[in-house]
Amino acid sequence: MKLRDLVELIDGTLLTDTNIDGKEIAGAMGADLMSDVLTSIKPSSVLLTGLCNPQVVRTALIADIHAIVFVRGKNPAKETVDLANEEEIPLITTFHGLFDVCGILYNAGLPSFEIITKDDCSS
Amino acid sequence: MKQLRTAISDEDAVTITKTEELAYELRIHEVMTEKVQSLSPDMPIEDALNIFQKNRFSGAPVLNDNDLVGVLSIEDIIRSLREGRIDATVQDYMTTKLVTVKKYDPVIEALKTFARTNFGRLPVLDENGLLVGIITKGDITNGLLHALQRDYHQEELIRYRASHLFEDIISARTSLILRYGIRKGDFIHGGNASSNIKRALLRLGATPKIARHCGIAAYEAEMNLIIHSNNGGTLRVEIEPHKITMEAYDDGPGIEDVELAMTPGYSTATNEVREMGFGAGMGLINIKRCVDEMRLISSKDQGTNLYMIIYLNDSDNNASTLT
Repeated sequence: MKLRDLVELIDGTLLTDTNIDGKEIAGAMGADLMSDVLTSIKPSSVLLTGLCNPQVVRTALIADIHAIVFVRGKNPAKETVDLANEEEIPLITTFHGLFDVCGILYNAGLPSFEIITKDDCSS
Repeated sequence: MKQLRTAISDEDAVTITKTEELAYELRIHEVMTEKVQSLSPDMPIEDALNIFQKNRFSGAPVLNDNDLVGVLSIEDIIRSLREGRIDATVQDYMTTKLVTVKKYDPVIEALKTFARTNFGRLPVLDENGLLVGIITKGDITNGLLHALQRDYHQEELIRYRASHLFEDIISARTSLILRYGIRKGDFIHGGNASSNIKRALLRLGATPKIARHCGIAAYEAEMNLIIHSNNGGTLRVEIEPHKITMEAYDDGPGIEDVELAMTPGYSTATNEVREMGFGAGMGLINIKRCVDEMRLISSKDQGTNLYMIIYLNDSDNNASTLT
């Protein structure tokens, strides 16, 4: 899916100066725990999250995530946006909730890029 | 340049920006034609025509002693022929409205002058106002192409040298060591060291997957130092041709029950840390999944040492089941 189309689908606003023309997104994952993201996300995906600190951008950089969507109308602090601009990772904000954004993108054919692990937290 | 930009796609725009950059960097004297054949004002047009034909010139400067007094172009000669005045002299038909550029000006100045005027060539003067050369649009194109090629070669060379570092250096055991000091509680810069480690590995020719695995493991270890250590710690990466060894160590507080710390979901992190998306009790598990070997050595009130090893020989890499 073209990132440009994704932004439109979720009524998103681009927060960075990054040029998103021609950028492709292969899948998506939604999470607020960065460790979960690092454990489970496949490369070339978009991360949907409510977390706004610079660690989200760092996580994206380390895990080869191609774009970050902040849900529930969240706007990250300047340092997060600065870091994203520096590392050329597009940041997008949308007023939709996490569940809604997941639904919209899933319906549009974007697959889940979350690897389900067998690690059992209850044991 | 402006027109050029609208006529091409966004992908090409990167190259254009580079070219534009070069047009500001390159100086006119680097691209101009030196030792130009000049004409004298009282030379017959026919002689000038012979010189032009013999040398395939389309124009030449006219000098009186050493002073530039005009430019004669092939169009001026055509004009004289059309008027049946092949017996005329150069000064009768040369252009005396002189537009010149300076030797040490950037090439962009010449480009702007070409865009502003209709001239096909511009005389280049030195700081004393003496003619030192001629510049045409063709000279600029050639100069830019050469400069682009030169830059490209340099970039290629740097990239090649980085990725062949280990082949070029002969020793019994070659390794490259990177060290990063990690400060306690420095969440703002958290992940900075790991990003740099990942970047260095890619530069050294590691596959994106290896670089990502090392990056994730280093990131979790870095966050652990930021969150849990008493006084911060050190992240040390040793890169060898066949393996990458990462080590994270601090001087306390130590882990009381290492086995418990390795349990998925077990965490001692504060709510503040959890609010930042960490402390989910997955860090060490995550590291274990990304590396081929992991060793955690710690006890209460002692420092903690975490060793992580990734083998670069694919058959050894059991973390390769991860994407």
